[in-house]
Amino acid sequence: MLSIKNLHASVEDKEILKGLNLEVKAGEVHAIMGPNGAGKSSLASVLAGRANYEVTEGSVTLDGKDILELSPEDRAREGVFLAFQYPIEIPGVSNINFLKTAMNEIRDYRGLSPLTAKEFLQMSREKQALVEFDAKLVNRSLNEGFSGGEKKRNEIFQLAMLDPKLSILDETDSGLDIDALRIVSRGVNKLRSENNAFILITHYQRLLDHIVPDFVHVLSDGKIVKTGGKELALELEEKGYDWLK
Amino acid sequence: MTTKQLESPLYESLQAQFEIVSLQDQNAQTKGYREQAMQQFSTLGFPSIKNEEWRFANVLPIVKTSYEVSANKNAQISEEAFAQARTLINAHNEDILPKLKGEQKGAYRLVTVNGVLSKELSFLPEMEGVTICAITDAIDQPGFQQYFGKILTLENNAFACLNSALYTDGIFMEVKANTTLDMPLHIIKVKLAADNALFQPRNLFVLHKSAELQVIETYISDAGSEAKVLINSVSEIALEENAHFYHYDIQKGHKNIRKIQRNEAVQYKHSNYSNYTFTFPGSSFTRNNLAIHLNDELVESHLYGLYLTAEDQLVDNHTEVHHKKPNGESNQLYKGILMDKSKAVFNGKIFVYEDAQKTNAFQQSNNVLFSEQATIHAKPQLEIFADDVKCSHGTTIGQLNKEALFYLQSRGIGAESAKKIMVKAFAFDVAEKIKIPALRSYVEEMIVEEMSHKA
Repeated sequence: MLSIKNLHASVEDKEILKGLNLEVKAGEVHAIMGPNGAGKSSLASVLAGRANYEVTEGSVTLDGKDILELSPEDRAREGVFLAFQYPIEIPGVSNINFLKTAMNEIRDYRGLSPLTAKEFLQMSREKQALVEFDAKLVNRSLNEGFSGGEKKRNEIFQLAMLDPKLSILDETDSGLDIDALRIVSRGVNKLRSENNAFILITHYQRLLDHIVPDFVHVLSDGKIVKTGGKELALELEEKGYDWLK
Repeated sequence: MTTKQLESPLYESLQAQFEIVSLQDQNAQTKGYREQAMQQFSTLGFPSIKNEEWRFANVLPIVKTSYEVSANKNAQISEEAFAQARTLINAHNEDILPKLKGEQKGAYRLVTVNGVLSKELSFLPEMEGVTICAITDAIDQPGFQQYFGKILTLENNAFACLNSALYTDGIFMEVKANTTLDMPLHIIKVKLAADNALFQPRNLFVLHKSAELQVIETYISDAGSEAKVLINSVSEIALEENAHFYHYDIQKGHKNIRKIQRNEAVQYKHSNYSNYTFTFPGSSFTRNNLAIHLNDELVESHLYGLYLTAEDQLVDNHTEVHHKKPNGESNQLYKGILMDKSKAVFNGKIFVYEDAQKTNAFQQSNNVLFSEQATIHAKPQLEIFADDVKCSHGTTIGQLNKEALFYLQSRGIGAESAKKIMVKAFAFDVAEKIKIPALRSYVEEMIVEEMSHKA
């Protein structure tokens, strides 16, 4: 599904990603771990198309399509979803209208007719229940005054609604207490299917107790330096990252 | 130092007009007032940009134009003008109706054509306790005698002097004690000019004890006309004890319209004056002066402003809030969205007088620059002479939050619609203060529409 080859990217002429390779197939969950400053969040930003990152070399394709040439919105429409580490508060924009606009723009891109109000409402109810997202929050302004946990749950709710091919969860677990972590993980587990894939960016093995990955990668200094199964996370938790350098 | 800028053809024609108007005016109260005002104007002259109050609003090009100044008291609307006004109003209504989303609950309508009240085009309330007439017909009304010319500050206000000396029309409205007008009154001011023209409407709104009134003011002008129109308007507003006045001023006009206005209000105990000045792209020059005098205890004033500016438009909002007595509350929220090469000014003054203890006075001005060539001058000015008060002010000038835009885009929302969503959200907290749902949805639609021209 996702194929990253020799990816080099920089911010303000500082090279952050230095030849990263990663293959993700449909149905898989990949965890990316690594020390601070290794480039984990940068990878997420580059995939989603954040403006200040410049790709200097390499390629990223999603089902064979070069996504680096696409605008952030077109990447989303092709099926890339980034769950933000710090979701943005946007006062005055209602959560539900925002989602409706997003869904209909994505549907339009794919040549589908917009959802009727009824269809949208029904789907919204189903997904709220699925990911245990409070109905009261749905009608509020986007993330405004939400707690850290509520913001992260809103990301998962959006993920459920938009049903992307590839989801990148950028430190979704950070700052979550154990209950919120369980709810978020349950949501993700319900959304996993043979047709989609997840990349979990995290510092902690804790998340991976709840969402069990197929592969664990260690990112260090802009490259993947080690790949293993879920047991690699436990090893990292115990030994840290220094032994890999 | 001010340069007087008196040696212009405009000044000469104004002098000539003054002589005619003065001769026509047989009322001792207004005649004396006109003379005093003209005298003051001659001393002041037109303000130049060296005058601090007019630093960013250069009126020189405006007063250099020559305008036809009408000195006709009791002018009649010509048949042609009547027909044209009716066509424009119908077109205006057709433009508005789709934006109301079925929330239209109805409003009274007052139409003036070049300042002259047209009963035929209006739909006026026929209610006990509500008086509406031309200002020139109001001389015997108690509200007129009590308040006319007594609210407006002439001192250092050249344009206010000019209006006071030379007005020939405008609206007088008086609401008696304990009377509430059951629907908003929509004042539509139609300006038609084949040649350059100067209009100086003069309005007076008097709300007696516990009266309540909602007024929406809009302008209609002829898009096809090349004539330059200068409107120098003054409204005096009196709110007696416990009166409530919701005053909406929706400013949208064509490029050739230049507008200078001064609204000045006095308020007494427990009264609430809420002003909503929303300016949209169009007229090239807009200067709004809004002055509120909280002359009594426990008075509440709300000043909401929104300016969405485009092309080479200038929109200058000057506010003055005078807290003179204890326990007053004033709240100013002005938001600006600036596009193209447009320029906006927000100058907000708050005076808290020595007696005005326990005053709460707030002021907020937030601006978004949508173009690198747009300019905003924002200046809060607080003068506080009481020691037990809560006053605050804040000014922000910024671009749209890029991270928020990226967030919306990352969900599949196109860059342009993301911008529109953000702008609407930015304007939302001012627009939501509008208490008439139909008007609020009209304003919100208009914001979106104006922004989409720029997409």
